[in-house]
Amino acid sequence: MSQTQADTTVTRRDFIYLGAGAFAAVGGAAALVPLIHQMNPAADVRALATIDVDISAIAVGQQIKVMWQGKPVFVRHRTPEDIAAAEAVDLSALRDPVPDSERRANAEENGMDRPDWLIVVGVCTHLGCIPIEGRGDYGGWFCPCHGSHYDTAARIRLGPAPTNLPKPPYVFLSDSEVQIG
Amino acid sequence: MSHQSTYRPTGPFTEWLDKRLPVPRLMHDSLVDFPTPRNLNYWYTFGGILTFCLISQIVTGIILAMHYTPHVDYAFESVERIMRDVNFGWLLRYAHAVGASMFFFAVYVHIFRGLYYGSYKAPREVLWMLGVVILLLMMATAFMGYVLPWGQMSFWGATVITNFFTAIPLVGNAITEWLWGGFAVGNATLNRFFSLHYLLPFVIFGVVILHIWALHVPGNNNPTGIDVRGKQDTVPFHPYYTVKDGFALSLFCILFAWYVFFAPNALGHPDNYIPADPLVTPPHIVPEWYFLPFYAILRSIPDKLLGVIAMFGSIAILFVLPWLDRSPVRSLRYRPMTQIFFVGFVVACGVLMYCGGKPAEGVYVLWARLATAYYFAYFLLILPIVGLIETPRKLPDSIAKPVLPAPALAGGTPIGATAAPHTDG
Amino acid sequence: MLKATRTLAILLAAGLGLAAGAAQGAGEAKHPHAPPGGWSFEGMFGHYDKAAVQRGFQIYKEVCAACHGMEYVAIRTLGSPSGPGYSEDEVEAVAAEFRVPAGPDPQTGSLVDDIGLPRLRPALPSDRFTSPYPNDIAARAANGGALPPDLSVIAKAREGGASYIYSLMTGYQEPPPGVTLEAGMHYNPYMAGGQIAMPPQLVPDRVAYEDGTEASVEQMASDIATFLNWAAEPELEFRKKLGFMVISYLAVLSLLVFLAYRRLWRNVGH
Repeated sequence: MSQTQADTTVTRRDFIYLGAGAFAAVGGAAALVPLIHQMNPAADVRALATIDVDISAIAVGQQIKVMWQGKPVFVRHRTPEDIAAAEAVDLSALRDPVPDSERRANAEENGMDRPDWLIVVGVCTHLGCIPIEGRGDYGGWFCPCHGSHYDTAARIRLGPAPTNLPKPPYVFLSDSEVQIG
Repeated sequence: MSHQSTYRPTGPFTEWLDKRLPVPRLMHDSLVDFPTPRNLNYWYTFGGILTFCLISQIVTGIILAMHYTPHVDYAFESVERIMRDVNFGWLLRYAHAVGASMFFFAVYVHIFRGLYYGSYKAPREVLWMLGVVILLLMMATAFMGYVLPWGQMSFWGATVITNFFTAIPLVGNAITEWLWGGFAVGNATLNRFFSLHYLLPFVIFGVVILHIWALHVPGNNNPTGIDVRGKQDTVPFHPYYTVKDGFALSLFCILFAWYVFFAPNALGHPDNYIPADPLVTPPHIVPEWYFLPFYAILRSIPDKLLGVIAMFGSIAILFVLPWLDRSPVRSLRYRPMTQIFFVGFVVACGVLMYCGGKPAEGVYVLWARLATAYYFAYFLLILPIVGLIETPRKLPDSIAKPVLPAPALAGGTPIGATAAPHTDG
Repeated sequence: MLKATRTLAILLAAGLGLAAGAAQGAGEAKHPHAPPGGWSFEGMFGHYDKAAVQRGFQIYKEVCAACHGMEYVAIRTLGSPSGPGYSEDEVEAVAAEFRVPAGPDPQTGSLVDDIGLPRLRPALPSDRFTSPYPNDIAARAANGGALPPDLSVIAKAREGGASYIYSLMTGYQEPPPGVTLEAGMHYNPYMAGGQIAMPPQLVPDRVAYEDGTEASVEQMASDIATFLNWAAEPELEFRKKLGFMVISYLAVLSLLVFLAYRRLWRNVGH
């Protein structure tokens, strides 16, 4: 066997080994997709990712809790006093400074300017407890776990929570119906 | 290990680890440089295939358990949810259900291969017996797994099989109630079966480790059945047999995939898509195909207790097989008489499988009885007697001998092909 | 290679034989048959005939749903492109036609309305096709003691699948001489035992197809069987497509590994 022949042999052999090995590795990686993806939310769970809420029965000053994606969502029909209090706050004094105009229902995000409606995810941004309505020092919510106080725009005012209660994606389908999610 | 370790640490870390926990050395000695007879044919690839089956069942099973609910009111529904809503759930469930059949198919080939080449004979008795333990554990696991979807066959299969234990004199009913956790198969039964179905595969995994250990002490048997005499008889396990096993595994996966994707319910029974109903028994209760031969043995004996004894005996007898076969020659390749009886044995197993799926009446009972008689006679009469009276063919001098001067002998037929066993799994 | 071929041939014969071994006799019932054109969803490249699935759903909605639920099939899945493929609006409209249990009254916690019947509400796409009866006892009482089975997986729960449904729906006939029917039963040779509690449902033009197809008995039977097969195996199209890809991949892999094997063992006598 000449030197050249030997070289060619080695190259071809390496190629077929590498080729077979690489091809098997690709298949093995592809087989991981179903094994991993099965842990993502299933079709029935995803089907509940959007809910329609009828708000016609919520009087001014009232709040309802609805379940959305396994979490409570506060839908609050604010009084003029709530709105005035939220608007009067000096933003520089806030830990998570967001003006009330962006916290409440506005045309840009929610399809309708409705200062009287506040819709937020009711999960304390500290460690996940559910804040209680109408308690605390700022007329909004108070979290009983570690004493976070939220105001009437659900902004954090006092206590350990780092940020405001998050606003879920929602749009007004009509004056009386909101689609959350 | 029976051979000198050739492991050389590749760097300071592996050297450090080798003195403390020589796992790389163990892996190297048992999977890389393990000297393996050079003449193993494709029937020997099923050990690797079975390892794949076990791992595949464990992985898909752990995943299914994430979505399954072991409660009589929710089990069937949760399985349907897996099929419809869980991402790739249908694939995972079908792979698990078909995987059980593939596992048994492979294990039966593996067992018949061991029987044909005399792999149970000294010095591999413990290896063989561990294999029988694995078979028993597989059967228990498969049976309990089949109960979990809580369809009609799940429920009535569980009822019939657990009723075996009522055949035990005096304490039979007490044992059966203990198994059920009640006075019939119910929620308690489903819960414990789920728990044990999750546990047993890990027990199997442990016994498989022992099985491989017991394999690596005497080393592989081979189609000639003669002992390895030196380096010229062997090749390193890797890459020679990893690649060969890989090829066989790839072909096996094609069969596996064909069932999973194109005939996922062909090996199951339609009645198991009817939710369990304790008030209505299906007209024909049949176990999964891999239990049919044993089911046929059970039914071929008209007495309840004796039937159950015969069924368990048909597996128990495998434990003593190494001492029943008196022949000094291992491989049936060199045992012309036994070869013929072996073909008869495979046919008998096939007849039992066929009869187990048919109603226990008329001609099927007769066939099943004849096959049952042959099954036991093969172990209790034929192997002990024929082993002593037959004249074996001349054994080759060594494993390497018949293949080294190959060009001269030519004819084209390698020795492995002349005596491939005629089994159908 | 000869060895490999031979081993493989034996194994393949055995492996494929498993299917035959597992097939069970369907009792004394007549063997079901497919409609003359066969089923579009059979075979390696099987797929659902969308129009047939939609027509079949129309039959389910207008005929079957009066007695049969599909407890495991969610209404939203009607939008599946590998099934009926309805648009989102169409699915919502369909959902609104069905009534599902409403759960407890928010004020009183009661599960029943003013006259003691279960509280119902219009279904949402995320709901399932619940049984029209509040429970099995009510279902039996309304059907002369027979329980109309849930249809979610009926195509997988009967030997013959879609062909069984087709044969059963077209198979009603006068009982042969010597067969005495029990009270309230009908003769159908495809039913195990020959007697079925469900009266014949399909007569020509039982439904007026939205797509104008002529509603003959065979057409309707074929459509409802197609729909129920989809209900039982909604993953079928994806499964077969993926299966084709997986097996193609494995075939190439086998070839590559075989070449590597041949190359590796070239100089080893064995």
